[in-house]
Amino acid sequence: MEKIIVEEIGINYAWNKVLLARKITRFRSLSIINSIFDSFIQLHGDRRMGDDKSIVAGIGLLHNQAVTIIGQQKGNNPDEMEYHQYGMTKPEGYRKSLRLMRQAEKFRRPIICFIDTPGAFPGISAEENGQAEAIARNLYEMANFTVPIISIIIGEGGSGGALALGVANKVIMLENAIYSVVSPEGCASILCKDSKKAPDIAGNLKITATDLKNNGIVDEIISEVGEAEEIFTRIKQSIEKELLRCSQLNGEELRTERIEKYRRVGNEIVFFNVKEDN
Amino acid sequence: MSLNLFVKCKECGAIIERKKFIENKYVCNICGDYEVLDFKKRLSMILDKDTFEETNAHANFYNPIDFPGYLEKHESIVNKTDLDEAIITGRGFICGYKVMIGIMDIRYMMGSMGVIVGEKVTRLFEDAQDDKIPVVMFIASGGARMQEGIFSLMQMAKTAAAVSKFSKEGGLYISVLTNPTTGGVSASFAFLGDIILAEPRALIGFAGKRVIEQTIKEKLPTNFQTSEFLFEHGFIDLIVERNNLKETIGEILKIHN
Repeated sequence: MEKIIVEEIGINYAWNKVLLARKITRFRSLSIINSIFDSFIQLHGDRRMGDDKSIVAGIGLLHNQAVTIIGQQKGNNPDEMEYHQYGMTKPEGYRKSLRLMRQAEKFRRPIICFIDTPGAFPGISAEENGQAEAIARNLYEMANFTVPIISIIIGEGGSGGALALGVANKVIMLENAIYSVVSPEGCASILCKDSKKAPDIAGNLKITATDLKNNGIVDEIISEVGEAEEIFTRIKQSIEKELLRCSQLNGEELRTERIEKYRRVGNEIVFFNVKEDN
Repeated sequence: MSLNLFVKCKECGAIIERKKFIENKYVCNICGDYEVLDFKKRLSMILDKDTFEETNAHANFYNPIDFPGYLEKHESIVNKTDLDEAIITGRGFICGYKVMIGIMDIRYMMGSMGVIVGEKVTRLFEDAQDDKIPVVMFIASGGARMQEGIFSLMQMAKTAAAVSKFSKEGGLYISVLTNPTTGGVSASFAFLGDIILAEPRALIGFAGKRVIEQTIKEKLPTNFQTSEFLFEHGFIDLIVERNNLKETIGEILKIHN
């Protein structure tokens, strides 16, 4: 595995990022949470059917500021990865997140989400329990909250499964993270009927932090130079800076700002009623 | 045998009299298969005659991440069909009630949602909010449009926010799930209706069947991801035969009037 990564460096920038974002030794949400918050109490369950192991969530303090924290968790070895469902969230995970976000709204706490998922869990029970509805409901409700929401993509930002925690006032991405509507493998197998073309297609999909910042989808990139603790400190500083900015806005302004952020994507499209030759 | 007088059912292969097939709303009277409808057939079946006024009809082709091959794909569909995008929107009347209506058409890239579809859906909800009229949406989509990358994913957030703004103002949104309703469209505006109807035996779900099979490495139940499966699990209000669809929507509009 290490060898492949070395060989890819310089050959395909985007595919190299994919490999880095998926590296099993990469830092995970829990490590970041434990490092940057002054306290963290994990809260469990969606109060309907279960407790999703891909979501670690709870309440904590950042200095004296109470916050609600939600993170997608993977793990650093095969057993941990399996326990956390490889970071693939089930409907009960999205509903647990939503329950805690509603609580954050009630107690006026900012919401901080750490995104790291290859995508929503694909399985029989996930479909039986309304995966589509669960994701849709999160998007709908996150648009409306009047507390600040900060989403940080720390590894893989896999499609709807990531977006369901990603409707935020500020979207931050780590330097080696990716964020995409479809995995390069998925796209290659649909368009080229060959998932092995994934490294070629990765570049076309514009999924790196730099691409997304240039395209105005991501607001800030955090450098990954240095040790994990240094990176965590930068994440903490970014959160602090954003919370300070948000503290100048009232609830309605925060809500409007968030809705406008997404409303803008495609707002420039001009429609006409008679077909033109283009 | 004239091709105009008869049609062959795509599911069971039965030869059916065209007139009968049309009378039966493009449902096979032998096997009961529902033919996927293009927007014109759907419009004529649902709206009161000659009441449709299209909104935001056309936009120039948009390729936000310069995805290779996308323009060629677009052009080939434009040349073969009467479509230049995957949804048609507008105002019209259903059983005498004025509505904003959206009809997705899978002949354009499997009804996938890119920026233009997302924008049309969003403007449809904004127009309905301004006019204070209900929204009726016919879903038929494979999901988000990969060729537009992250821009298509953002349409999920944008359309969900549009539904939420409309809903907060008290607007009624009836979502009709037809074959297929999957991926990023099912996980955004499709499942956010106040009332969610579905045609029988439609494919409805989030993840692709092949992806699920590869993940769990076992065969899927036979009715998996059908309207009936979703209904059984509490995610659909009502499964309605195509023949009763207009009447049922009309009745719901009447109750909300």
